[in-house]
Amino acid sequence: MGTSLGFHIVFAVLGVGLPALLVIAEGLWLRTGDEVWLGLARRWSRAFAILFAVGAVSGTVLSFELGLLWPRFMAFSGSIIGLPFSAEGFAFFTEAIFLGLYLYGWNRLTPFQHWLTGIPIALSGAASSVFVVMANAWMNSPTGFRLDAAGHLQSVDPLAAALNPSTPTEDPHMLVSAYVVTGFLVAAVYAAGLLRGRVDAHHRRGLAAGMVMATAAILLAGLTGDNSARFIYQGQPAKFAAMEGLYQSQRCAPIHLGGIPLDSQQRVVFAIEIPCALSLLAAFDPNAEVRGLDSFPADARPNPVLVHLSFDTMVGLGTLLGLGSLLFWLVWWRRRGLPRLLLWGLVLAGPASVVAMEAGWFVTEFGRQPWIVYGILRTSEAATSAPALGATFVIFFLIYCVLAMTTASLLLQRRA
Amino acid sequence: MTEAGVVAGILWLALAAYAVLAGADFGGGVWDLLATGPRAAGQRRAVAEAMGPVWEANHVWLIFMITGLFTAFPTAFGRLAVALYLPFTIALTGIVLRGAAFAFRGHGRQAVGPASPWGAIFGGASVITPFFLGCAAAAASSGNLATWATPYGFLVGAFAVAICAYLAATYLMVETEGFPLQADFRRRAIGAALASGVLGLSALVLAPALAPSLSHALTGRGLPLVILAVVNGPLALWAVWRSRPRTARVAVVAQVLFVLWAWAVGQWPYLLPPNLTIDAAAAPGGTLNALLVVIVIGMALLLPSLYLLFRVFKGGQDSSPPGGEVAAKLAEGDGVSHERRTGTRRR
Repeated sequence: MGTSLGFHIVFAVLGVGLPALLVIAEGLWLRTGDEVWLGLARRWSRAFAILFAVGAVSGTVLSFELGLLWPRFMAFSGSIIGLPFSAEGFAFFTEAIFLGLYLYGWNRLTPFQHWLTGIPIALSGAASSVFVVMANAWMNSPTGFRLDAAGHLQSVDPLAAALNPSTPTEDPHMLVSAYVVTGFLVAAVYAAGLLRGRVDAHHRRGLAAGMVMATAAILLAGLTGDNSARFIYQGQPAKFAAMEGLYQSQRCAPIHLGGIPLDSQQRVVFAIEIPCALSLLAAFDPNAEVRGLDSFPADARPNPVLVHLSFDTMVGLGTLLGLGSLLFWLVWWRRRGLPRLLLWGLVLAGPASVVAMEAGWFVTEFGRQPWIVYGILRTSEAATSAPALGATFVIFFLIYCVLAMTTASLLLQRRA
Repeated sequence: MTEAGVVAGILWLALAAYAVLAGADFGGGVWDLLATGPRAAGQRRAVAEAMGPVWEANHVWLIFMITGLFTAFPTAFGRLAVALYLPFTIALTGIVLRGAAFAFRGHGRQAVGPASPWGAIFGGASVITPFFLGCAAAAASSGNLATWATPYGFLVGAFAVAICAYLAATYLMVETEGFPLQADFRRRAIGAALASGVLGLSALVLAPALAPSLSHALTGRGLPLVILAVVNGPLALWAVWRSRPRTARVAVVAQVLFVLWAWAVGQWPYLLPPNLTIDAAAAPGGTLNALLVVIVIGMALLLPSLYLLFRVFKGGQDSSPPGGEVAAKLAEGDGVSHERRTGTRRR
């Protein structure tokens, strides 16, 4: 399941971000008549065709796996959070329909009609992400239902479940992250092209388009992420303690930059400590109390090593990417040539943004452990006992490897 | 009818839509695998052109059904997921490989032609997926979920593959009207019609012994629909035989709907015979209400979009591409369909 998700998420974010770029590029072509924009739109639409197909089928696997691997989870929560899933189904439906029109409609529709069919793809792509993350947000802040004394579901308010307290912070952060990853991946492809000596308008324009999206989105990602972290401080203190590697509850809590949390010593080693900064950031008050891991029973603590390192990876890479994109625009405007070192940096920024996103996903998922539904249902209670699980896992893992390699090679081939 | 009944009815309709639309896409894969003769490349191209714009949308009916089932009927979903873990996993593998292979082949470079492994994977996965979905359907309807791995399950699986191939061949007869290729698909449609007829009738005859619940359903309330199917079958074959592709298309679609609805109506009010009823499997009322609201809003967006999709690609065969010169220019590199629009498609 984790593998499927980790795989699917890369295609999913491109499904959110690429259509937006497509609509912009094709729109610019319609306005200016500049063939370079049309060339970019056509390139991206072919890449998108492959990415969307692989994303769609891996998404189908996920929807099945929810039931196959987590029967207890789905039996419990299906009726509560099925609603955003169904809504996502419709968003996805819309996306698939207009994708068909867009990809195969170049010679059946007028250019303006064709451009119009791109808009629902971009909108429904974003909507899918919003709906799916609503379901995940519910796992972090389960609301909208009542249990009786025996733990049976009494009544359900699916709308309240969908609009749970985590939704307003988690959803925007995931959505802008999708644009971050798309922007940097697109930019990386064109930076690589420029490095190989293909210095033309097509590559420069592609690079700039990717970087515009990436820069705008990474700044928003910082804002929404900060907002999200402050919510987690309130709503999921155990996750927050693990993210920050904070063992002891304290006032004037420090921030640990980097370092490795050591359970045996109950502290973070090799970290740069900034005194009181955590309290200040989380509550705007340097003397605010932050709960440490010690305030939770041992069987209700997430693994601080994994969560803290993932969190720092996300924040560290995010900061680097943000600074890097500002640097890029400085160079872009001051002189028209781009130094090779900067291009190499942009090539690396593509994969780095994927790593940052996956690390963020790790934070939210592993930070919630040992719960699958925070405070309600433990992961160990929800998993299936079906046989042959290992074999299924290996087979899907291999299939995903082959698909990922083929997709990558096809996409890169076409650029060449 | 209860709310749960309404939702169940909608899910049955979605299953029917998936069967007649995506079923034909799987059938297209079968004909890709079995492409032979001097026009083999043309057959493959016709399949790819027919599927290209619509297969992803057709596929989403399945996702709609899955999410609808686990939202509205979590108990039934749980039982199916555990008991049919293996056939579902195999079918899923098929779905993944089929979709990916089609995209790799269609949008990749020439290097990924029909001769590459992805070509064979596309065809192979198109056979495996409906086969195992058919096995699962046999199990769900028979009253004993273990039925999927019995000869009866395999019989129904084979029937599913044959009927998918039949659907595809008739649709392709419409798509290739006026071309020599139509004769190829006519022969294929006749073959698939006979195969699905034999397999379907065998499944019907063997049901009392091997699938008691199904037999009960088909001879009970489902009987009128079974009779319609038995009468309609030869009519569909006649239309194919006389090269009336549009009539044949309607008749074959009707055939699939009769079979599915005979099953659905026959076992009503059970969702999973012999003992799980629709109401017993249903989620709490709040969920069903909310789901119905989402479905109504969703369908209001969806149905016009679907209409647009099918009108643009499947309606008005002979209309010249709107947009004239610019559009034709845009189509450069779009290869296949452009060539078909301008060159090969003359009556």
